[in-house]
Amino acid sequence: MKLHQLSLFLENRPGHLIAPCKALAEAGINILTLSVADTQRFGILRFVVRDWEKAKAVLTERGHVVNVTEVVAVEVTDRPGGLVEILETIGAAGVNVDYMYAFTFKRGERGALLFRFDDTDRGIAALKAKGIGVLGCEELYRLLEAK
Amino acid sequence: MTQSWNDGDCSFDPVSAPDFLPGDQLRALQLQRLKSVVNWAYPRVELYRKRMEETGLTPGDIRSLDDVRRLPFTTKKDLIDTYPFGLFASSMSDIVRLHASSGTTGRPIVVAYTQEDISVWAEVMHRSFAACGLHRGDIIQNAYGYGLFTGGLGAHYGAEALGATVIPMSGGNSDRQIMVMRDFGVTAICCTPSYFIHLIERAGELGVDVKKLPIRAGVFGAEPWTEGMRRRIQAESNIKAYDIYGLSEIIGPGVGIECCHQDGLHIFEDHFLVEIIDPASDRPCKDGEEGELVLTTLSKRAMPILRYRTHDITAIIPEPCKCGRTIRRIQRIARRSDDMFIIRGVNVFPSQIETALLAAEGTLPHYQITLTRDKGLDQIEVQVEVTPDLFGDKIGALEGLQNKLESSLERTLGLRADVRLVEPHTLARSEGKARRVKDLRNL
Repeated sequence: MKLHQLSLFLENRPGHLIAPCKALAEAGINILTLSVADTQRFGILRFVVRDWEKAKAVLTERGHVVNVTEVVAVEVTDRPGGLVEILETIGAAGVNVDYMYAFTFKRGERGALLFRFDDTDRGIAALKAKGIGVLGCEELYRLLEAK
Repeated sequence: MTQSWNDGDCSFDPVSAPDFLPGDQLRALQLQRLKSVVNWAYPRVELYRKRMEETGLTPGDIRSLDDVRRLPFTTKKDLIDTYPFGLFASSMSDIVRLHASSGTTGRPIVVAYTQEDISVWAEVMHRSFAACGLHRGDIIQNAYGYGLFTGGLGAHYGAEALGATVIPMSGGNSDRQIMVMRDFGVTAICCTPSYFIHLIERAGELGVDVKKLPIRAGVFGAEPWTEGMRRRIQAESNIKAYDIYGLSEIIGPGVGIECCHQDGLHIFEDHFLVEIIDPASDRPCKDGEEGELVLTTLSKRAMPILRYRTHDITAIIPEPCKCGRTIRRIQRIARRSDDMFIIRGVNVFPSQIETALLAAEGTLPHYQITLTRDKGLDQIEVQVEVTPDLFGDKIGALEGLQNKLESSLERTLGLRADVRLVEPHTLARSEGKARRVKDLRNL
């Protein structure tokens, strides 16, 4: 149910995104989705790949500082209010969203969002209780590769 | 002795008489005082006695001024190792004042004064002010920090001895400094040169033109500065900017001062014996040759200091000065032989930065220090390489880390430093002794 997301420290300067992306490319690792959080001076590149252990090893070997975080992929209906339903469920369970971003694929009327909760297990439990789809790794990878 | 005196258009202050002693009389006085200080220190300070015994030297062996070279050096490390009172040569009942340096390598250096020492200090500061043409009737704004730092009280006592009106502002609160400068008709100011530049700029923002105020002189020290800064200060404020030299270990401010000719700093040689040595070989340098300044206190009793390695690089200026003073001059000090840097009047060692970083996170990341000067104010930026231990996935955690490091630095250094988190392996690594400090201030 949980995905492993990699986070990487970056200085907020021109060209600094290139090196890690290139390292992944050379290792034949495809980025499934990513986001960049930035402050004035530094940023964090967060991304999901299929073989996160290999990606971590590749990046660490090149001298990057990489952190592994558990995140959750949640199915969302692609219509007004689709996101609200998820957020209300999470909010009602007292779980906080640290950050979120989206997957680009869409299956019929459904897309997927990536969430980082302060309490991953409680977040997943709340979503499931409400019948909201939480995508497991294999399911997600299958969908991504089928598109 | 006053016939050679030429301090521009200001009147002669009798306190300056020793500045004009004929050379042979000055040297005789120095020798007498050197013998006396060694005689005083030897039985009272274990460190000096032990070191002299190691080389078989006794106070009686000091027969000429050149014999000073037979005495052991004293280093900053000695002062740290003997913290707090190990080099005191007077009992507490005779010591009337303690000061402490701005915590150089974790532990501060403590210095002590007897009543006579305080008088000597006031005298050399009085002579300093007189050399820059200040006198009774002047209104002196003292913006050096008061407290453990020697700058504030050193300047204060000297200015009072001069007979001037002293405004004990201490540092900081620029708007108030400017108000006082304008409203009180201040004629001279004491502070760090970078702070004065800041005051000029701030005054401009407040609509005060320093050029139109009565202020005519500034006595600037406690940090390295340049001719370029002097030109700027003088052009933008229409004052004469004088360089003053001193260090707490020796006495505080007032070891040397520029006269109205602003061409090198006269050392008060009747109280401080000057040597210039090659810092690598310890051999004496010839006049005019650059080397490390080594100072011996000739009059101090609470804490006599023999051959102190200042790490300041300078040279004796052999030519006589136009002012007629016979006490010799040294060149303006522009650099140091060690890693220590002076920022906003505070001595900082890279090791202190290490201590602060270590204290904050329990690990020591690779770091580099960059010094810059922004609008006349010195800035420290500490670049810290992010390590897996330090890196969290959340922005808030990284900002928290940055703040934690910054507050630890501020606690340790007593001044604000910016922390910039950088990617690993981006800072230069050098073989052997790491060059931790990148000084971009163009000093």
